[in-house]
Amino acid sequence: MLKRVHFPTSLLPYLLVAPQVIITLVFFVWPASQAVYQSFLIEDAFGISTEFVWFENFSYLASDEQYLGTFGRTIFFSVCVAVLSMSAALLLAGFADRIVRGATTYRTLLIWPYAVAPVLAGALWVFMFNPTLGIFPYILEFVGIDWNHYLNGSHAMMLVIFAAAWKQIAYNFLFYLAAMQSIPRSLIEAAAIDGAGPVRRFWDHIFPLVSPTTFFLLVINAVYAFFDTFGIIHAVTQGGPANATTILVYKVYNDGFVGLDLGGSAAQSVILMVLVIAMTVVQFRYVERKVEY
Amino acid sequence: MASITMKDLVKAYGDVEVLHHVEGEIEDGELIVIVGPSGCGKSTLLRMVAGLETITSGEISIGDKVVNNLEPADRDIAMVFQNYALYPHMSVRENMAYGLKIRKISKDEIDQRVREAADILEIGQYLDRKPRQLSGGQRQRVAMGRAIVRNPQVFLFDEPLSNLDAKLRVQMRLEIRKLQQRLGVTSIYVTHDQVEAMTLGDRLMVLNGGYVEQFGTPIELYDRPATLFVAGFIGSPSMNFLPATATNGLLTLGNGASVTGANHANGAITLGIRPEHLVHDENGPIKISVQMFEQLGANTLMHGVLDGTDNDIVASMPGHVTAGEGSVMSFSVEASNLHVFDATSGKRIEE
Repeated sequence: MLKRVHFPTSLLPYLLVAPQVIITLVFFVWPASQAVYQSFLIEDAFGISTEFVWFENFSYLASDEQYLGTFGRTIFFSVCVAVLSMSAALLLAGFADRIVRGATTYRTLLIWPYAVAPVLAGALWVFMFNPTLGIFPYILEFVGIDWNHYLNGSHAMMLVIFAAAWKQIAYNFLFYLAAMQSIPRSLIEAAAIDGAGPVRRFWDHIFPLVSPTTFFLLVINAVYAFFDTFGIIHAVTQGGPANATTILVYKVYNDGFVGLDLGGSAAQSVILMVLVIAMTVVQFRYVERKVEY
Repeated sequence: MASITMKDLVKAYGDVEVLHHVEGEIEDGELIVIVGPSGCGKSTLLRMVAGLETITSGEISIGDKVVNNLEPADRDIAMVFQNYALYPHMSVRENMAYGLKIRKISKDEIDQRVREAADILEIGQYLDRKPRQLSGGQRQRVAMGRAIVRNPQVFLFDEPLSNLDAKLRVQMRLEIRKLQQRLGVTSIYVTHDQVEAMTLGDRLMVLNGGYVEQFGTPIELYDRPATLFVAGFIGSPSMNFLPATATNGLLTLGNGASVTGANHANGAITLGIRPEHLVHDENGPIKISVQMFEQLGANTLMHGVLDGTDNDIVASMPGHVTAGEGSVMSFSVEASNLHVFDATSGKRIEE
């Protein structure tokens, strides 16, 4: 029988993990628990009186049609962002994997957008698509499209989707390229000898073999679209026009800091938190099983 | 089935030439082994035949068709890779059927051909497994199976056995040979293992530093090595080389002793003697001061130096031999077993 190895008890291991534990407690667990506590309160707009109401904030949300609409919009937005940025990244990585000359330059250039802050990325797109000044509305006018994301909700939605997806392409590209380069060269050569052309090789071999990366990026991109796109939406549309681009995380901000409904806002963020935890669990539990390693 | 012709083949990466004017004619149904040390260009040469490397200059033809600008898929070849390169996300059956599926062969025929190939290689019961569920030897068989279902004109093997353990390697070596003879497909086999090369090949192409040193049957290479390199590379333990001076059929060694033979040479030469050709003989001219014995059971390897010099020399003697360290043993060699090489160019001096 194997005996467990005993180390003399000492403070050292605890000290070594302490920074990590403290950071988690202070920056994650504490704010999260505060949010849960806040979601049980109703406060007046001036912060003078506070009342403990249990789940009233939640039941109000459940019957609020505007909130439910935001839900659907968020899902649409996230799916579009994830699909768009992941497929664009996959395509670019597929090409980058094939080239030899200038590969490093090409890769470096493709990674740059990731370093752009979300608000700046948003600002870039606002300028490019400004209905009066922007270059794209000018071009679109030639094909008969009257672009105005200040008035047209679908235009606004498209714009934030593009901006959010564009910013995430670099990140996805990096992971896809790494995954593709870890596929043994001889495997692709074997496929070439078997008679598969470049497109066929991509779909038959490269795509299935990078599926673990696709799965990982799916989780990351979903979380990104749910949370990190706040800056872009704030810079581009501020949730407008007529709430057409208000996604869950933007509504949390809007209700809490603009509408000063702190309890309702906290309740929304608790729902968001539960949602993301659930999403991650489901993805890891069920999607991962179908992934070919 | 087809012959392969290589004409004045050159491969260069930028300014660096790695293969220098390779010539070779491979007959229909022959198994050619390309052998040489690491970095000699043997895999590059094979990959050029496969179409995985571009040809800098020269010409490769398969059958009577020049294939220089053909895609690998259009050359009608099959290749077995060192790491097998099986598709990890496909079952054994799908791995073997993949090439046929791309060529749009009917499903019934694919099934039949996969079944046949699996029977030949005895992997029938693994058809629905994934490659990762197989052992090294089984993967090797699947890789071979993938090659033979295609029924190609040429098989290319890139060190296919180097990832297997010694015992399995010997077994697979025989199987590859039997399979190749049975199917009669022209094959090129790359290896750095000279034993593998000797036992497998109809003919051997010895490459060194991008040059073809010699191209001939295993016995030709053993009996009449064209260069010092081939002489040292083929045969185990490798040939002894002694500097000597030839005058009128008498070879004078470094310690003044002389051996008769090689009356076709004159002046400074390198004398090559295989360890197994040194015969223990009390009156022999070659005196070796003993340093160490290696007992191999069937024979004994005696390591020493030519008495009075520091030329290392190895003799292989039958049975068990022992003698004190530092003692001197005498050996003789038959004149027909002497190999004479030019001392400067290293080329064999022909009779």
